[in-house]
Amino acid sequence: MVTPMENETLTIKAEAKDLNFYYGNFQALKGLNMPVYDKKVTALIGPSGCGKSTFLRCFNRMHDLYPGTRYEGGINFQPDNTNLLSDKVDPIEVRMRISMVFQKPNPFPKSIFENVAYGLRVRGENRRAVLDQKVEEALRSAALWGEVKDRLNDLAFNLSGGQQQRLCIARALATDPELMLFDEPTSALDPIATASIEELVSELKEKVTILIVTHNMQQAARISDHTAYMYLGELIEFGVTDQIFIKPQQKATEDYITGRFG
Amino acid sequence: MTPEQKLNNIRTIIAKAKRFDLAFAVLGILSLMLGVLVFAALFGQMFIDGAPRFTLDFFSSFPSRRAENAGILSAWVGSILVMLVTAMAAVPLGVAAGVYLEEYAPKNLLTDIIEINVTNLAGVPSIVYGLLALGVFVYQFGFGQSILSAGLTLALLILPVVIVATREAIRAIPGYVREGAYACGATQWQTVRDHIVPYSMPGILTGVIIGLARAIGETAPIITIGALTFIAFLPPTPIQETFPFMNMDWLTAPFTVMPIQMFNWTSRPEAEFQHNAAAAGFILVLMTLSMNALAIYVRYRLRKNIKW
Ligand SMILES: Nc1ncnc2c1ncn2[C@@H]1O[C@H](COP(=O)(O)OP(=O)(O)OP(=O)(O)O)[C@@H](O)[C@H]1O
Ligand SMILES: [Mg+2]
Repeated sequence: MVTPMENETLTIKAEAKDLNFYYGNFQALKGLNMPVYDKKVTALIGPSGCGKSTFLRCFNRMHDLYPGTRYEGGINFQPDNTNLLSDKVDPIEVRMRISMVFQKPNPFPKSIFENVAYGLRVRGENRRAVLDQKVEEALRSAALWGEVKDRLNDLAFNLSGGQQQRLCIARALATDPELMLFDEPTSALDPIATASIEELVSELKEKVTILIVTHNMQQAARISDHTAYMYLGELIEFGVTDQIFIKPQQKATEDYITGRFG
Repeated sequence: MTPEQKLNNIRTIIAKAKRFDLAFAVLGILSLMLGVLVFAALFGQMFIDGAPRFTLDFFSSFPSRRAENAGILSAWVGSILVMLVTAMAAVPLGVAAGVYLEEYAPKNLLTDIIEINVTNLAGVPSIVYGLLALGVFVYQFGFGQSILSAGLTLALLILPVVIVATREAIRAIPGYVREGAYACGATQWQTVRDHIVPYSMPGILTGVIIGLARAIGETAPIITIGALTFIAFLPPTPIQETFPFMNMDWLTAPFTVMPIQMFNWTSRPEAEFQHNAAAAGFILVLMTLSMNALAIYVRYRLRKNIKW
């Protein structure tokens, strides 16, 4: 098990238990067991096609949108110990608790305001004052408020790529999620925009648990508390980030991290 | 073979192959010109023939036994009212069907069969729709030979166009935008209402207008259900002075439409009426062209806000 760096206690927010996942007959995830700690950043790394996105998208039941996919095992979500993957749990309920930021910024072709407010509207919130306040809060947390406060009614498409991604983060934040999923959120961005998103992620973990997929080893090292290395649908190693990067237990992890891999 | 011979060889082969490029370009331009010129000639001919009739009176007069007094008032009003009914019926039905097929329908044999049927419906000759409508709308439902029957008939006719346009527009919405909506916790219906339908509107509207442009020129099905060819009054106005201030009587009124009025005039022996026919034809084409122009404009305006 993981030994915490300082003498702080770790609480588990979510935990994958013997998780298998299938695209039709193809098994993309094989017997995953992994904790995600509360108010921490957990990074998923591994070579292309190893199943990082597939794993991440299990957490908000994104796979339910596509026929022919199948989960086995579970992801237990705390504090209520709900198995997110259970047939009895409504995927909409899961997505209301767990929000997601995608690889490519995907704002809606609506105004900046309506983009951030969308999650609230879906939850039946239409009171203007509440929306105004929550939208501002979310935009502030996403470090975008200063840049857009005078043009909330402008189209989201008029923002730059990095701003769009921060807008998507604000959209995902506005509904007070318990867990936020990030799938390579900076891979479509330039270094400056990337740096601002990284800084943001580090700040957000005060409020929310974060699970992030990244291809960028330095990024994982910079922003995460725990790191999981995956390969061919299996979890090879999980541990405190510093340990994974300085002294990995597995040879395979070491090879990947040091770039000796493929 | 010396290197020089080799090079020459290659050059002859290229020159030979390139002749086909030239030949095809010439052929292409010729076929294009054929289409464009024939249309331009027809259009110009109608304009010249119809020139003496382009007066305000022509638009505000009912048909008459005397060619110079005859006008297209009942025809253009009829055409517009029929189009109104067509649009009101075809848009909700077509959009609902398209959304269902794209978003809700499970992928199985039954939906495959329905899909093939929808595509084939677009190829059914319009007179067949006329016959169907005569049996169903005119007699079975008792709508009579009315604007309502005509509008519904043409709605059936353009329904496949609207369905196909809806589906194509929906398919053009990228998966990551759809996923973005679901990731916010939206239900399927919320996603459809807030995203799928609004974002596919430009494509849907374009399809609708192009469908209407086709419908406005349809003659056969309208004759089949029994539109009149000589009608000297307008349908009752939908607005009245007493409560509830509007009525739907116009729906059941007898009517005529532009292409039928035109057809009626062309079949007259008197040469004078040919001017009327040409003028009506010119205006009908103008109506169609402006609808197509509107489609292009609408598409351009609405697409401006959507970039993917
Ligand atoms: N919709 C799908 N249908 C079938 N197989 C899929 C599908 N999506 C992904 N896969 C397969 O599942 C495996 C894991 O894919 P996944 O997208 O999770 O990888 P990844 O680790 O996120 O890769 P990358 O770093 O390139 O994003 C791959 O072998 C991929 O080919
Ligand atoms: Mg991926």
